[in-house]
Amino acid sequence: MTTIDRSSVDGFIDHLLSIDRSGAHRFVSERISAIPGFDPIECLIVPSLDTIGQRWETGELALSQVYMSAKICEELLSRLTSSNSITPAQIDSPARSAIVVFRDHHGLGKCIVSSMLNASGIPVLDYGLGVETEKLIKRTLADNLEMLFVSVLMLPSALAVKDVIAGLRQAGSSTKVIVGGAPFRLDPELWKEVGADAFGTTASDAVRIASGQTRVTA
Amino acid sequence: MSEMTPIQRVLTTLSHNEPDRVPFIFTTTTWGAKLLGLSIKEYLSSAESYAEGQLRIWKMFGQDLLYNLFYAAVEVEAWGSKTIFAPDGPPNAGAPIITSLDDIDKVVPPRVGESPVLQRTLEATRIMRKGAGDDVPIVGVVMSPFSVAVMQMGFERYLDLIYEEPQYFWKLMEKNQSFCTEWANAQLAAGATAIGYFDPVSSPTVVPPSVYRSTGQIVAKQTIAQINGPTATHFASGRTLQVIDDIADTGTAIIGVSANEDIAEVKSVCNKRLSVLGNLNALEMRRWTIEETEQKVKQAIAAAGPGGGFILGENHGEIPWQAPGEILQAIADAVRTWGKYPLDWVEEYNSAASTHA
Repeated sequence: MTTIDRSSVDGFIDHLLSIDRSGAHRFVSERISAIPGFDPIECLIVPSLDTIGQRWETGELALSQVYMSAKICEELLSRLTSSNSITPAQIDSPARSAIVVFRDHHGLGKCIVSSMLNASGIPVLDYGLGVETEKLIKRTLADNLEMLFVSVLMLPSALAVKDVIAGLRQAGSSTKVIVGGAPFRLDPELWKEVGADAFGTTASDAVRIASGQTRVTA
Repeated sequence: MSEMTPIQRVLTTLSHNEPDRVPFIFTTTTWGAKLLGLSIKEYLSSAESYAEGQLRIWKMFGQDLLYNLFYAAVEVEAWGSKTIFAPDGPPNAGAPIITSLDDIDKVVPPRVGESPVLQRTLEATRIMRKGAGDDVPIVGVVMSPFSVAVMQMGFERYLDLIYEEPQYFWKLMEKNQSFCTEWANAQLAAGATAIGYFDPVSSPTVVPPSVYRSTGQIVAKQTIAQINGPTATHFASGRTLQVIDDIADTGTAIIGVSANEDIAEVKSVCNKRLSVLGNLNALEMRRWTIEETEQKVKQAIAAAGPGGGFILGENHGEIPWQAPGEILQAIADAVRTWGKYPLDWVEEYNSAASTHA
């Protein structure tokens, strides 16, 4: 089991919150060079983004900081991978997942969650924005998803998730539907009302769920 | 105390004195469609229908302020974006109209006089003013130059602009400010009494206070100074506490308070520099019972009512289409029952609440 060095995580977070791309890259590269077997995803990226997400949830940090941090980590991972500095290990039996903005056209939440999942080495299909009920059901079934992350902006879209879940279950699908977005945050009972399997308060919740660290129960 | 008119009530509370009772606002947008038996799209496509709906709502519930917001995407529609209507909620803005830095150079602010969708709002405002008379304040609405950019560009691209392209950021702000002030002043000329300055991106929920102070706050100060009437700043359920003094420094008179914040704490930090508006959770209203509704109203009044400086409303800027009429009626009834000054019951209520906490 990898031991997380908390002071290193805090140092990395400082670079992320300062939007210091080169500083973040240097921070990681030095550790890759100095520490045999150092895994930047597990040792820095995942715990940093998790901490940043929690600090946003408590009101200490802003959404823009979560977004920029996730973006920098995703870029960093891509840079390290393409320079062969690291070869990201695949999570054992990774969930076949997709993320979508359902009916709405506001992609920031999806963008942050996608970045976090990608930066954590978890591949996720991107179904895009403004996807309507029938199309979403069809695509989910065609891709035989294990998990579908649904982001919404508006209350009517949140309520309509019920129809997506009903359509999937009617077709015999056991895809887990995890919801997120402002309506679900502002009305904490809403995810149960629409029949979702789980609700993510922060983007790092999605990482935990997708990597199996948090069980999804109906 | 003899009964005040709505404008007297609102002005009294905004001067941090206690009126006859707590004033309240229903920020209805699509809700009136049900009363007229129209689809949301039909309702929002007609100044006459919208004004009729808002006036009927006012006659039903007797709120102290009228509201002229059709939908948040009205302004970007004037800028050239498509509006996507839904059968069961407010319309969405379509694809961004600014997708490159080049677009920022090229984009031209719309002229209010040449925009059918903006003229619709102005006509509705005139009809509401005529229908309600001069004693009922009408709140006009603008999206702040700092926040409308989310609909112009998409959120991610806009955050990239703020953090990475300051020159183009300020270029866009200049264009947005010129439109915003023209739009605000046109609404005031049409009969609006005050302007709701919707600015969610300025909230610490979205950008850190340090970024706000070097961007959104500067924009707000400059814009509000050019608006020919009082303003109420609203962060659409975003947090406010960390930047209350900065908001007050913009020259605005009121701050909308999130349901996620303690309105008593916000009011205390405001220290009479701002009045507070809020903070009922409209998304939860669908599930409230009549009894719960009364308790929520009592709670808000107990927290923020004493001393005036308080208007009861919901926390996001819009009553959902799904909110039941019985709940809106229950809110109105509860304000009339519990909102009469001098609010003699509040001290005992707050004492009992802190004992049970």
